[in-house]
Amino acid sequence: MATNLTPKVRNGDVATPENTYGVTFRPRFDIWEKDEELLLCGDLPGVAPENLDIRFENRELVIHGKVSPRPQGAELLYEEYSIGDFYRTFRIGEAVSAEQIRAELKNGVLTVHLPKAEAAKPRRISVSAE
Amino acid sequence: MKRWQPWEDVRSEMHRLQNEMGRLFDRWGGNSWRPSARTEVPPLNIWDDAECLYVEAELPGLELSDLEILVGGSNQLTIKGERKVPALPQGAWHRQERGYGMFSRTVELPFDVDADKVSAAFRHGVLRVTLPKREEVKTRRIQVQGE
Repeated sequence: MATNLTPKVRNGDVATPENTYGVTFRPRFDIWEKDEELLLCGDLPGVAPENLDIRFENRELVIHGKVSPRPQGAELLYEEYSIGDFYRTFRIGEAVSAEQIRAELKNGVLTVHLPKAEAAKPRRISVSAE
Repeated sequence: MKRWQPWEDVRSEMHRLQNEMGRLFDRWGGNSWRPSARTEVPPLNIWDDAECLYVEAELPGLELSDLEILVGGSNQLTIKGERKVPALPQGAWHRQERGYGMFSRTVELPFDVDADKVSAAFRHGVLRVTLPKREEVKTRRIQVQGE
């Protein structure tokens, strides 16, 4: 069954910025823990790899993705979601080996690999029988 | 015993403010991707110009081959697909904010379109369907002749 669309409220008096959205959203993330690493998977739709900035400073992971306006030269008729940049920070504990953090962005999904420091990895204890 | 918590969100004032802002401008109208959500999935934005309608949806993690796009009649568009839960061999979730599952949405477009010339592109997790308007509904510039 067809669902109704929500018409965009037009306001002819307000100019819209052409190159930036001026609104920032907190992207949704899943966090998965494996034996040897932590995985962060976040949704950043519309962010090209060259517009993604990831920094690690003072044990804080800062993720900032910029979204380009789209499409050019057309008029918005229906708006059910807003478009904007993405920003989120995570506090990373000592248990993560900071030098080995790596990230990839594919189809709008960011995956950050945070390898655990040696001391934080689980160990199998061998039990010797008498 | 305290559970090992390698992280926590930065609970600064700045961040709290940002969360408040996030709620004000909730782009998904609550828990989308879930069948019980208020918002139909996927939420759509529609643009137009003189020639075409452009329908966009944010579908991060999907490929064009995971989607089924159908044009019925002269103005019905259906977008179907599934976002699968990633298969992770071992480990445990610490946090799960993203949603998964099947979705299907049909909308009536504001203009009649030429179903044979519809095209779709998928870029950085954003689907864009381009639907050329039928000749009879296109905006025409009327030449005004002065004396």
